[in-house]
Amino acid sequence: MVPTNYYVILSAILFGLGVFAFIFKRNLITIFMSIELMLNAVNLAFVAFSQAFGRLDGQVFVLFVIVVAAAEAAVGLGIIILIARNRQTLNVERVDLLKL
Amino acid sequence: MTAPLVVFFALAALAVIGAVSLILQKHPIHSALSLIVVMVALAGLYLLMGAEFVAAVQIIVYGGAIMVLFVFVIMLLNAGVEEHTNLSKMAGAPGLLLVLALAGFVAATVAKSGASVQATAQTGVLSSTKGISEMVFKDFVYPFELTSFLILVAILGATVLAQREKS
Repeated sequence: MVPTNYYVILSAILFGLGVFAFIFKRNLITIFMSIELMLNAVNLAFVAFSQAFGRLDGQVFVLFVIVVAAAEAAVGLGIIILIARNRQTLNVERVDLLKL
Repeated sequence: MTAPLVVFFALAALAVIGAVSLILQKHPIHSALSLIVVMVALAGLYLLMGAEFVAAVQIIVYGGAIMVLFVFVIMLLNAGVEEHTNLSKMAGAPGLLLVLALAGFVAATVAKSGASVQATAQTGVLSSTKGISEMVFKDFVYPFELTSFLILVAILGATVLAQREKS
C-alpha cells in the first residue's frame, strides 16, 4: 500500500501550484480554474486521511466539497459572463473599478 | 517497488504535469484541458485508495459537468490568449516563494508527524459506497438537505446574473 504521507505531500504540491496559478494567471476564467485545482488538492487530502483512519467521514465531506464547488462554478461563471459583457475584457488588470 | 506504488507515482506525475501545464499554457481552453487531466488523475488516485464512489463522482461532476461549464463559457466569451504586463510577470517571484514556503511547511509537518499519519493505510474501508450512503442519509442528513437548498439558490443566482437586463 501507498503511505498516507505521500498522498498528503502530493496534495500540498497541487495546492501550491493552484495558489501560484491564482497569483500568476491574468485571465479571469483561468484564475477560477486554479481555485478548482486547490479544491481538488484538499479533496485528495480528505480521502487520504479518511482511508488512513479507516473512517468514511472524509469521503462524505468530499461529496459536500464537490457540491459546493459545483454551485460556486455556476455562480462564478455567471459573474464572469457579466464582467465580460460590461467591460469587454477578461483580463483582471482591466477590472479595477474598486482600486483607488 | 510494489505495484500500487508504481501506479501512485504514475498518477501523481500525471497530476503534477497537468497542474504545471495549466500554469504554462497561454490559452484558457488549453488550461481547461490540462485541468481535466489533473481531475482524471485524481480520480485514479481515489480508486487506488479504494474510494470508488468518490472517484465516480469526481469524473461525473468535475470532469463532466463543471469542466463542460468552463469550456462552454470560454467558447461563449471567445476568450483569447492572455496578456502579461511587466507588473504581472513580477507577481511570479513572490508567488513562487509563497508556494515553496507552503509546500515546505506541509512536507515538514508531515515528516515529523506521528505514526497516525505515516501509518500505511488500512484496507478496512471496504464497501465504501454503502457506508457513505448510510452516513449521508443518517448522520449528515441535515447538511445534505442544506446542500440541496444551496444548489437551488445557486441556480437562481446564476439565472439572475446571466440574463440580459430588460429595458
